[in-house]
Amino acid sequence: MAESLLKVIDVYKSFVGVQALKNVTFTIQPGEIHCLAGENGSGKSTLIKIISGVYTPDAGHMELNGTLYKKITPIEAINNGVQVIYQDFSVFPNLTVMENLAVNSELSEHRKFVNWKRMRLIAQEAVKKIDFEVDLDEIVGSLSVAQKQMVAISRSLLFNTKLIIMDEPTTALTKKEVHNLFEIILKLKERGISILFVSHKLNEMYEISENFTILRSGQVVATGSTSQLDRKKFSFFMTGREFTERHFKAESISAEPIFEARNVGIENSFSDVSFTLRQGEIIGVTGLLDSGRTELALSLFGIQQIDSGHFFVHGKPAVIDSPKAAMAHNIGFVPEDRLSEGLFLPQSIADNVVISEIDRLTRRAGLVDKEKRSNEIVKWVKELAIATPNPDNACHTLSGGNQQRVVLAKWLACNLEILVLNGPTVGVDIGSKHDIHGILQSLAKAGLGLIIISDDLPEVLENCSRVLVMKAGKIAADLDTGKTNESAILSYMM
Amino acid sequence: MNEKLKSKLNRISRKNEPYLFLVLVGLCLLIEVRSGQFLTVNNLVDIASALIVPGLFAIGAFMVIISGGIDVSFPALASLSVYTATTILLSIDYQGGVWLAFVIALAVGALLGAFNGLFIGYFRLPALIVTLGSTNVFRGIMQGGLNSKQLATIPPGMREFGTSSLFTARNPISGLTSRMPVAFIVFAVVLILVFLLLRYTMFGRGIYSIGGSEVSAHRAGFNVVRTKIIMYVMVGMIASAAGVIRVSMMQQLHPTNMLGMELRIIAGVVLGGTAITGGKGSLLGCMIGTLLIVIVVNSMILLGIPTSWRSVFTGALIIIGTGVSARQVVSLNSRKKFKFIFSGRRRA
Repeated sequence: MAESLLKVIDVYKSFVGVQALKNVTFTIQPGEIHCLAGENGSGKSTLIKIISGVYTPDAGHMELNGTLYKKITPIEAINNGVQVIYQDFSVFPNLTVMENLAVNSELSEHRKFVNWKRMRLIAQEAVKKIDFEVDLDEIVGSLSVAQKQMVAISRSLLFNTKLIIMDEPTTALTKKEVHNLFEIILKLKERGISILFVSHKLNEMYEISENFTILRSGQVVATGSTSQLDRKKFSFFMTGREFTERHFKAESISAEPIFEARNVGIENSFSDVSFTLRQGEIIGVTGLLDSGRTELALSLFGIQQIDSGHFFVHGKPAVIDSPKAAMAHNIGFVPEDRLSEGLFLPQSIADNVVISEIDRLTRRAGLVDKEKRSNEIVKWVKELAIATPNPDNACHTLSGGNQQRVVLAKWLACNLEILVLNGPTVGVDIGSKHDIHGILQSLAKAGLGLIIISDDLPEVLENCSRVLVMKAGKIAADLDTGKTNESAILSYMM
Repeated sequence: MNEKLKSKLNRISRKNEPYLFLVLVGLCLLIEVRSGQFLTVNNLVDIASALIVPGLFAIGAFMVIISGGIDVSFPALASLSVYTATTILLSIDYQGGVWLAFVIALAVGALLGAFNGLFIGYFRLPALIVTLGSTNVFRGIMQGGLNSKQLATIPPGMREFGTSSLFTARNPISGLTSRMPVAFIVFAVVLILVFLLLRYTMFGRGIYSIGGSEVSAHRAGFNVVRTKIIMYVMVGMIASAAGVIRVSMMQQLHPTNMLGMELRIIAGVVLGGTAITGGKGSLLGCMIGTLLIVIVVNSMILLGIPTSWRSVFTGALIIIGTGVSARQVVSLNSRKKFKFIFSGRRRA
């Protein structure tokens, strides 16, 4: 067997008392696709930064191309062929594709002056490496996320690249774009380039990587061949917890629907969508990114207005033309991008919890009743197990899963009957995801009607009693989750 | 080929220099039609002469805004360095040429620029806060420390520099004459040097890169801290040169004469299509924007509008000009979104 490209041996790293990495050892062979997985805060980013020379390990060493390094500088890492593609791709949105492609290699050659002809040649060479077709004079800011990623990948290949570290490269990509990315990764592998693929999605690991290493709390908990991994083991390694899948069974469903959509539509987005929701039910809506599912979700909360059909709440026609109108009908909404749409991140957790029910917490003069407010806050922090030492801390101090719980608390506090969730667990790690699913199921049991819009099929199957599959703006199927499976749903989606 | 041409035209139509240029031409024609005095040689020379100091300030402000920062301290900085230079020369009763005034002012300007650069670059403090603070520091040193007062006489070298002209334009009808100051050469040289610096050196591309994404610039290998400090030093020197020219052209030194110019200058730069968020803009647009402001300020009188209304018109121009470019950005984004939805539908 050929010599390893990279060996990380017994690496330790701590930051002001927090042990970020403990005794981490793993190896990558030339041309290997290796997946590095772990929950948020497990030490993945720290490990990447040690390999790329940004951090110096406290103890342990690395071997790159057979040379031993106690510590490595970023320049040495690059000279050894290590390239990192960060989640934000490190591009300059204001500059042209050409300049973005050429600038790194020009800097590494210590050029002082710019030769635009040479820049163009370098850029052409770069895009040719992965047959990436793009207008070199286009401004990078106007490219799609996938194209920006291609810019970053082709730029990294200009060096004598042996290892590319990709930090969660699929986060913002559509299914098709992920497929293209994987094809490129396989092409790079053929050329003998190793890939360290950082992800926390099991299905991606299966599809692309041969070997895996899973980190938990800074330690390697498992490493080996991906083929020997299954969903259960994966969840256990990631979280250290055993999960039993809890398939949702709707109990105590009300006889009359609490909500009904009859032939609703928005021009150019979706049309002729009808469904009913009963108390105690969770229904799933799934479909491809452009199937109209997002627009449907937004229209249920009045963010987008329907231009045909009608909504009914408790059998009576209801006009939902604004979030305020939706809230008046006791409809709540948890947006897809909870970070930018659902929370005031710099504000305290407490304020975020009570923001939607603030009208009910006032005394006669319109001032906030402090006692009522703090009672509400204590209640919800406890009920939803939000992990915080102090509810007055700013919301951005919480982990993704806990932030999601704050969003839930905010809506539950206003006595909802119907809750619409758009992608409730996007970007949330497994442990929190499991907890959120638990919360959703208990909400349904408590008598709410829930609508979950999600493209995470295992999530839909586990938590919903029925699933509506959308395709090209129409409902292609209305399935009982007890009698269907992933491939059946997929066949309706495509 | 046709496709290529189309995408090229598309890109040009997205730039705002052409629109701005049309506005400029329109304004000139309007003033000409109303007054018949605009397109006379002496008026054009007057405008060129009035452009020198705001133009130099705008070049400096432009560099800072491109890097993602903002500088409101340059009038105070220029005042302090030119005051220092003038009082030193007066106290030694210096009889030589203007070059020494420039050398002293530029040295002081570099030092003061480094002060800004140190806090903004090295300590990573917000540029607006730092330069608001340094405005007061510079003014305080000048008024308190140096006990500044109006200087009715300036050293002979500066006086001579201020009155010497490249050529004199004479209006054959009215008989009015206007001089083109030698200082215009200084402005032109600085403009060309900064253009070359921004376009053909890695340092200049570094300024654009930092304005686009500081994190990316750092990862790509730019020395962000050094680039910023050197840039603020350069901006301090350019502003100080403008200060020497201003005093020389006025033939006397009012310590507070330049204070308060910063907003009009920054408005001109932004009007010229420079993104206030950094990274985007061209020196050409910046100059057209500044020229627009200069023309409005100087030519309202030709339209028969009382000078007291001048600031109203400047303000309106700023709101309309920057508003239009902001709208452009918004509509560009929404068009893209629409296209995305539309193409998605076709795919499905």
